Amino acid sequence: MRIIVQVDTLLSDLKRYQALSEGHVVPDAVRCVQCGICSYNCPIGIDVRSHAWRGLPIDDSHCLTCGECIARCPRSTLRFERTHLFP
Amino acid sequence: MRHYVIVGSGIAGLSAAEVLRERDPRATISLIYEESHSFYSRPGLAYLLADLVPEEQLFARTRAELRDLRLNWVHARAAQLLPEAHQVVLSNGQGLTYDRLLIATGSTAVPPDFPGGDLAGVVKFDNLDDVRRILKLAGRGRTAVVIGGGITALELVGGLRARGVRTHYFLRGDRYWANVLDEAESHIVQERLKAEGVVIHYRTEIKAALGRKKTLAGVETTTGEKLPCHILGVAIGVRPRLELAQQAGLKLDRGILVDEFLRTSAPDVFAAGDVAQVRDPRSGRAILDTLWSTALAQGRAAGANMADARLPYVKQVPLNVTQLAGLMTTIIGAVGSGRDPDLVTISRGNSEAWSLLPQAQVIIEKHDVNRVRLLVGEHTLVGALVMGDQVLSRPLHRLIAEQADITPIRAALGANPASTVSLISEFYEKWERDHDTPAH
Repeated sequence: MRIIVQVDTLLSDLKRYQALSEGHVVPDAVRCVQCGICSYNCPIGIDVRSHAWRGLPIDDSHCLTCGECIARCPRSTLRFERTHLFP
Repeated sequence: MRHYVIVGSGIAGLSAAEVLRERDPRATISLIYEESHSFYSRPGLAYLLADLVPEEQLFARTRAELRDLRLNWVHARAAQLLPEAHQVVLSNGQGLTYDRLLIATGSTAVPPDFPGGDLAGVVKFDNLDDVRRILKLAGRGRTAVVIGGGITALELVGGLRARGVRTHYFLRGDRYWANVLDEAESHIVQERLKAEGVVIHYRTEIKAALGRKKTLAGVETTTGEKLPCHILGVAIGVRPRLELAQQAGLKLDRGILVDEFLRTSAPDVFAAGDVAQVRDPRSGRAILDTLWSTALAQGRAAGANMADARLPYVKQVPLNVTQLAGLMTTIIGAVGSGRDPDLVTISRGNSEAWSLLPQAQVIIEKHDVNRVRLLVGEHTLVGALVMGDQVLSRPLHRLIAEQADITPIRAALGANPASTVSLISEFYEKWERDHDTPAH
């Protein structure tokens, strides 16, 4: 059982890194009003807001690219952008 | 060592302080603030009212971030400005001598002018304390009347509905936000409000707020109708807080007039944010706007120039994104004209540039509630309003802000509005590839 859990974790990590290598969440800073809805809804507690208003991509290695912040932002500040690291 | 004094702790004041600290690590920076809260997102108050986010989330800087700015926080009201003596006198009589001063006092809601406007239960929507007050009053079984226009009125309406309050919305004219939205857009918003259970009263004005024991009990309209209510939300506009500048004899119009470095007419005194009236390069006029992003940009520019950067500030194309009756709407550039009868001044989250529409061709692409309205000048797009699906809103903002020459697609846009999305998308992709400035 223990081994299975570890394999699961490994797989989810793999998926995460795969997703991150394909793209990341980027903000359009001029739309951001620093309300914090993005950070509030991030399932793993990344402070998305502090990236968003500064116009920085969410480069936190833990980002699942789940899209929750993109969907919850009431001002369409965030979007997913492919990074084309591995075309 | 220099002493910078900033009056006002909103986004303009804080942004200036952040830039000043970056540029002048050794300076003393005093920030005079009136509200008894730490820095919070003012636009986020709409989301707090609508129960989308808890109050504590709105505080947009951590304690450590604020501490690292090493500001001298002064909890007082700046009562008097003495430009010759380079001094600000606080409400407690204390004087602060400055080398450079920033006035970032923002704007404040215009109070109602009808009898009963001071009753408990008559609310405005300016700051966190206002929202706390509204939340105490709101709840199921309660009834509210909202008057006013623009974004703030609908934020109040939407927030009250989200809290289960039976809500009536009074409009003086025939439709909502007549100087920014076109008739079809107003209609879409009104229909959605109705579907949410909001009762809209057209051509309706309040004669008086009625009360018992200093508490609101209802409203009476100019036609003599009476409607009982517990809350009366007033969103008829905001005014720049000019008292300090006025008394000091600074050059004013509707706001404090500033030059390209955000300097006022008094030496070493700058102004930024809602209180500043700044030249708009597109219309050539000095205009007000009450946008968060503008206040932030002006705060940064003022901060830099207070530290002698001599960086001219160029007003960007005004953009705001808002939920109109739950429908995401982006407004960019010039989209309307004239004035709105529901507002006595500018509303919050607004730009006067939106209603300074020059000669332009109107192109409309619509599918149900997803709607794009383009205002097309001779060679460029001058404005756009995107409702619902936001896929075009960012490309349009870029094209309008950069004054992209759209001659290659101009005729096709006019001839075939139904192809707007594909024409703009394809044109934008190519334009972005050929363009040097970064996309974000």
